[in-house]
Amino acid sequence: MAKKIALLQGNEACAHGALYAGCNFFGGYPITPSTEVAEVMSGELPKVGGKFIQMEDEIGAMASIIGASLAGSKALTATSGPGVSLKQELIGYACIAEVPCVIINVMRGGPSTGMPTGPGQSDVMQARWGTHGDHAAIALCPSSCQEIFSETVRAFNLAEKYRMPVQVLFDEIVGHMRERIVFPEPGELEVIDRTAPSVPPEQYKPFDTSFGDVPPLAAFGSDYRFHVTGLNKAEDGFPTTKAELVDAEERRQIRKVEGAEARADIELNEEYMTEDAEVVIFAYGSTARSARYAVNELREQGIKAGLFRPITLWPFPEKRVAELGEQVKAMVVAEMNLGQMVFEVERIVKNTCKLGLVTRVDGDPLTPTQIIDQVKEVL
Amino acid sequence: MSAKAEIEIIEAYCKGCSICVEFCPTKVLEMDAFVVKVANADACIACNQCELRCPDFAIKVHKL
Amino acid sequence: MAYDYEKSIRPGKLPHIWCPGCGHGIVMKGLIRAMDTCGLEKNNTAIVSGIGCASRMPGYLDFNTLHTAHGRAAAFATGVKMAKPEMTVICCGGDGDGAAIGGNHFIHACRRNIDMTYVLLNNYIYGMTGGQFSSSTPPGHLASTTPYGNPDPAFDLAKLAIGAGATFVARTTAFHATQIDKLIVEGIKHKGMAVIEILDDCPTTYGRRNKFRSVVDMMKRLKDIAVPVTAAAKMTPEQLEGKTLTGVLHKEDRPEYCENYAKIIARVQGA
Repeated sequence: MAKKIALLQGNEACAHGALYAGCNFFGGYPITPSTEVAEVMSGELPKVGGKFIQMEDEIGAMASIIGASLAGSKALTATSGPGVSLKQELIGYACIAEVPCVIINVMRGGPSTGMPTGPGQSDVMQARWGTHGDHAAIALCPSSCQEIFSETVRAFNLAEKYRMPVQVLFDEIVGHMRERIVFPEPGELEVIDRTAPSVPPEQYKPFDTSFGDVPPLAAFGSDYRFHVTGLNKAEDGFPTTKAELVDAEERRQIRKVEGAEARADIELNEEYMTEDAEVVIFAYGSTARSARYAVNELREQGIKAGLFRPITLWPFPEKRVAELGEQVKAMVVAEMNLGQMVFEVERIVKNTCKLGLVTRVDGDPLTPTQIIDQVKEVL
Repeated sequence: MSAKAEIEIIEAYCKGCSICVEFCPTKVLEMDAFVVKVANADACIACNQCELRCPDFAIKVHKL
Repeated sequence: MAYDYEKSIRPGKLPHIWCPGCGHGIVMKGLIRAMDTCGLEKNNTAIVSGIGCASRMPGYLDFNTLHTAHGRAAAFATGVKMAKPEMTVICCGGDGDGAAIGGNHFIHACRRNIDMTYVLLNNYIYGMTGGQFSSSTPPGHLASTTPYGNPDPAFDLAKLAIGAGATFVARTTAFHATQIDKLIVEGIKHKGMAVIEILDDCPTTYGRRNKFRSVVDMMKRLKDIAVPVTAAAKMTPEQLEGKTLTGVLHKEDRPEYCENYAKIIARVQGA
């Protein structure tokens, strides 16, 4: 049978990706430019027996998905930068309580209301450091409609596997762009569900690390019952202020994402013509599309350019960026903000290569010409 | 008059608020150095008010 | 034999953290008896709270318990209930938590008429942070942030719940211990959003600032201000001055949220 093909907006592809991943709960609040995700979910979820709820505010939406996830659902919310700002406290809650959930951020410009209908990439640091306190972060950044589908599936997989909130960031351009989508067959993309406890209910501890850095998670309403809190807790889930327990838990929750094995599993990059590159453009999301065009142009002009496109923004691809820093003469970061990921690149490449930056925040995408000009200037 | 119930005090839980003493209709209980004690067991009418109003799970009224 | 509370309390969790004379323990006992009377299965019940003294309650109770962030109990609980409507969902928490920082979630849970029971412990103060005035501190009263008397008007929480659409609203006080479980039982059995406001005392941060010389004084006040709705009908406005109505204040039948959504699923899947 021929695969289902459709012309879909990025936001619609996101919703269909979520459904493919087994999402059965959506709690949201309307915000431009992400509302189509909610609109599709409101129509599709009841068809599969899932639940859609439009909550009273962004905070409530985040709370509802954490609650639903603890009751065993695969839960999604979709919003934009201001909404993510409002959700931040509860994103931290999902981190410390280790509750799987997926947050879509269709990025627009500006602090505050900014430019709601224009694109931006200025929430990439928010995705890393938005909530207070030490915590790990996983954030994915697709750059096409097809990739929004597959990265939304991967976001659910990572949320379930690592028992934590995962953010998917794409800018308004990709969110509202329409492209041809080939729907994967069931089974074609891996779908991961959280690890359920293997011990009998009376032995279950919700943060039992004897199974590794990601403890199995039971569901409310099953044979297991347990306590969940946002306080620092011991492995039984109850609050503790014991120094050694607090320290061990906080470090584990970072390690489960930033340990070498986890990083290798979570990180995903695309490289284009980097093998012999003397200059690499570091670009993500829709900006990477302009950067790819720029690479082709530069190659035609005899400049050995390449593209490094992190699809996983967080954890940051430290190892590969460091290697490329050693390889190339220069790296140029292109982003639709006034310089955010460039600080990470700078932190990693140090002085091994020259570093350029090209930015744009006026509501229009970065053009290949702007990127080409910056590459030539740095070289 | 004989007691209608035996009152058990879990001293480790008692925080000494004295609500039970104040509202006992037959003055069965007394405070003793910030912990409640049964002072007049025979007067107990097993109304259970002390147990119900003890915020600290420190009183059990066993009806006889 | 005396009533066995321990069967509903997690082993080793007592004594609880509440101050001497704090009524939260009386309310928790009422909640335990009520859940027992309703025959709730521990595995099929979720107790959800926010932040504050009263919100520590779920930690003691041997059920599925969710101690969330400040003000968010109703919203988390909405997610749990929507995901598993077959579960009994109970929220508990204080006045500041439920009606100030969490006011929006609270009124919208009422509006949806989602099937949960919200035990709202109103002790007129933010106790855990040291006695700042809340949205239900009476005007003129003293709190750590109203050293010259509270300039704010206070919410009537039961009226707020009724106005927002809760279909079962009742009120009692921590003094009226037997009424606590009776009203919670009615709330749990009611299909829809049930709010049980329980007027409570905070001797530590509210009482001592407002001329209550002892815990007992505060309990006597709760006893004195409570007027059953039935009795109030025969009283003059002058007689009701300074009193608070207790008992079932509002009860109506209205379609419940999760049932409504289940009908949508059935309709969509049938089409």
